[in-house]
Amino acid sequence: MTFLMGSIEQGLIFAIMVLGVYITYKILDFPDLTVDGSFPMGAAVVASGIATRGWSPIFALFIAGIAGALAGLFTGFIHVHFKIRDLLAGILTMTALYSVNLRIMGKSNIHLFNQTHLFNKFSLSEHSILNAILIIVVILFILKFLLDFLLVTEFGFALRALGDNEKLVIALGVNEKILKITGLMISNALVAISGGVLAQHQGFADIGMGTGIIVAGLASIILGEGVFKNIKKMKMTSIVLLGSIIYRLAISLALRAGFRATDLKLITALIVIAILAPKSKLSIFNKKAGD
Amino acid sequence: MIEVKAVSKKFMTIGQEKIVFDKLNFKVEEGEFVSIIGSNGAGKSTLMNLIIGNVPPDQGNIFIEGENITKVDAHKRARFISKVYQNPTFGTAPSMTIKENLAMAENKGNLFGLRFGLKKGAEERYKKIVESLGLGLENQLNTPVGSLSGGQRQSLSLIMATMQKPKVLLLDEHTAALDPKTQIMIMNKTREIVETNKLTTLMITHNLQDAIDYGNRLIMLHNKEIILDVSGVEKQNLTIEKLLKVFNEKDNHAISENMLFS
Repeated sequence: MTFLMGSIEQGLIFAIMVLGVYITYKILDFPDLTVDGSFPMGAAVVASGIATRGWSPIFALFIAGIAGALAGLFTGFIHVHFKIRDLLAGILTMTALYSVNLRIMGKSNIHLFNQTHLFNKFSLSEHSILNAILIIVVILFILKFLLDFLLVTEFGFALRALGDNEKLVIALGVNEKILKITGLMISNALVAISGGVLAQHQGFADIGMGTGIIVAGLASIILGEGVFKNIKKMKMTSIVLLGSIIYRLAISLALRAGFRATDLKLITALIVIAILAPKSKLSIFNKKAGD
Repeated sequence: MIEVKAVSKKFMTIGQEKIVFDKLNFKVEEGEFVSIIGSNGAGKSTLMNLIIGNVPPDQGNIFIEGENITKVDAHKRARFISKVYQNPTFGTAPSMTIKENLAMAENKGNLFGLRFGLKKGAEERYKKIVESLGLGLENQLNTPVGSLSGGQRQSLSLIMATMQKPKVLLLDEHTAALDPKTQIMIMNKTREIVETNKLTTLMITHNLQDAIDYGNRLIMLHNKEIILDVSGVEKQNLTIEKLLKVFNEKDNHAISENMLFS
């Protein structure tokens, strides 16, 4: 039971990040590696804000979101205005963010023990794990419903059309450059908030906690799609959210099966490859080579 | 209405420079429907790309309703210029439904903000609009456009391009990729839309009969120049034979009929 609860807890926290990756990977058709930097950036902002500046947990998350949006802005700007390829633009930002994150924290990790954070400030249940899950669910669902709403607005329509057919977006009189940058900003804001929640949940931020975030995000989306795609009327945001939980369950099972925690990145990468390989024509990460 | 003034454009291909236009002058009056014909590489598509802003001219200026738009971004020009491409996939968003596509087209030129994309009562309106095509699309408003046939998608592209009445409509061989029956249907729909809305229209075609049958003016581009420009009764009296004769007289290399058709 604890095992299940733990996976759900983790899955829900990372689901916020998966919503962000969903925007770039599925909607914008933009393989954005910025997230490997914006995720720990969110954690760094929250941890240093709470530990050294005395920010409230919610305010810290808000600032983390803004920081993530700025990271997305940077990637989008250098992609759109300097014509740097999407993958490389993300890698450049991710690399730069490593230094930025160290600057924010001043050291390679910050602990939040003895600090007021989300999970000891709010009490929605006596049971500590349940309390944590409820707090995460509240944050996650607020963000999910905001995103769901955004996607059915005129702006959301244009955003979805952008990944589909950029020509059409231009033909509609929309500045495609600004639209793409805005999409990247929203995506990375979500990713950073996710990092900020995780830092509070585990009680520390670490400079290395972003490694492989993009792959975990992709694995969650792909798993979610694989399991739930045939259920009609189910929103993609719900599908990827559940995908995140399934992914964390799979990881927990792998640990139980005797793998070491350090093997997990390898396992994740193999899962993604195994699922993508048969439908290589559909994936944007290998489209260029395949076409 | 449209004025192309002393526009020059050259392209660099591997080690070679190809001059497409050398100080081209070209004027279209409001409400004219101009068919554009010419051999491959004559610059028909380049002319459209210059007008819509996909390609900047090396020299010269382009005016719409007296306003110089030479330096205006493509997405800003799109607020008053619409284009239908040869490729039916260019005019629609495949993963989005018919009604979502129509809703975007209806909002063309306006802010894409935080109001709902689908407005109240829109569905009934869209139903009526696509019903007029006679393709049964009115029952598929919730179908992703990507699963429609090329002809259906192109019909939708045409409707989407003209839903917000543009000042200028550009048609770049917009029936060339379709089967003959659909070609006729789209051409008739095109005529209907252009005539009811009195749209200023440029249409590139390789179908000489279409070029003669549709529109009220015809120009032939060849070798950086407009070598034929007829309208009114003179255009109505055109035949394919006459067009080919003009073409062969002007062409030193005596390009065959096939080139014109290709």
